[in-house]
Amino acid sequence: MIEQLAERANADGWLVHRGRRINLKFLVGIGDADYIVAIRDGRVESVAPRTLPTDTGVFSFRAGNDVWADFWSAEPPRDRHDLFSMVAAGLATLDGELLPLMQNLQYFKDLLAAPRAAAVEA
Amino acid sequence: MVQYEPITGRYFTMQVAGEDCRIYVEEAGSGIPLVCLHTAGADARQFRHLLCDPDVTANYRVLAFDMPWHGKSNPPVGYQNRDYQLTTELYRETVNAFCQALELDNPVVMGCSMGGRIVLHLALEQPDDFRAVIALEGADRLEPYYDTDWLHRPDIHGGEIAAAFVSGQVAPQSPDEFRHETLWHYKQGGPGIFKGDLYFYWTDGHFDDRSHRIDTSRCPVYLMSGEYDSSCTPERTEATTNRIPGAKGKVMADIGHFPMSENPELFRRHLMPVLEEIRR
Repeated sequence: MIEQLAERANADGWLVHRGRRINLKFLVGIGDADYIVAIRDGRVESVAPRTLPTDTGVFSFRAGNDVWADFWSAEPPRDRHDLFSMVAAGLATLDGELLPLMQNLQYFKDLLAAPRAAAVEA
Repeated sequence: MVQYEPITGRYFTMQVAGEDCRIYVEEAGSGIPLVCLHTAGADARQFRHLLCDPDVTANYRVLAFDMPWHGKSNPPVGYQNRDYQLTTELYRETVNAFCQALELDNPVVMGCSMGGRIVLHLALEQPDDFRAVIALEGADRLEPYYDTDWLHRPDIHGGEIAAAFVSGQVAPQSPDEFRHETLWHYKQGGPGIFKGDLYFYWTDGHFDDRSHRIDTSRCPVYLMSGEYDSSCTPERTEATTNRIPGAKGKVMADIGHFPMSENPELFRRHLMPVLEEIRR
């Protein structure tokens, strides 16, 4: 589903508008795979697998494959329906500089939930 | 012709911790007093559906007030020179002051989240003062999962981050309209108020070492928590229920941390049998 992130997020004009002051890269960990998500003016510019140790982001958010699969399902189960519910349940970890995440928390929650739309449509 | 809701809102002043507090209260119905306590960082608007439910107000005088510093209740004079922090004793005194000011006779008290926590303290300390208590999303032991300093600092919008944090506490199944109404209350909270409430909710209010002393033969205790609550989880609710002899617990499927405001129709199906049982 991560491959759908850019298309789904950028198709949401209101989400992009809410993030219009955000310009940064952050890291999403899905199981053992890390991805660098680049945001420019609220749009997802790229989502790329991490290939070099120097590829990194301002902050990182990691969870297991099964947790992300549930998170992106049409009706996610409890503890897997929200980024901080995943954190509260010990199913996800946060690292790095959290200030830009906290300053735009709903944006990042909605951004990472954007691929769920594909499951809802299915 | 305007169709007014059956809610009446009024102001009065009561003393809490030696200070005058101007309080806003909404009420509807007649019968057994049912005092409703809102969640941390929000206000009594959360109970508007209950106040407008004729099946509830036929037998209950429903009263929902904004805590001092919340909603349309003022902070005490001089608030600008101090941080707000809710403690167990301050909260208990506030609820008692409200009940005494309105001369409520043996009311039922129903609170949600921090309100659900304080009603358990009330059942423990003053079992003969209350006909029953209903703890929505309330437990005797909770664990924080983020640093509450994030909620009150100059480089983060306090209302936006409070709403963003609690957005995950609304069940995915809840109607979008009520999800966002619930979040709006958080966006309107005063600076530092959610953080100050969470001091009671996450730090000061633990009493799992004493909750087993609650005498439910004198004050019946009901615990009801939403399946999607990430802080007062079903497991923590069940653990609390099991520690209180005679307490009745229930997990509400497809509901989160704000049953009365996020999914009022589904919530009433769980609540009505409890209110009927208390009335009998």
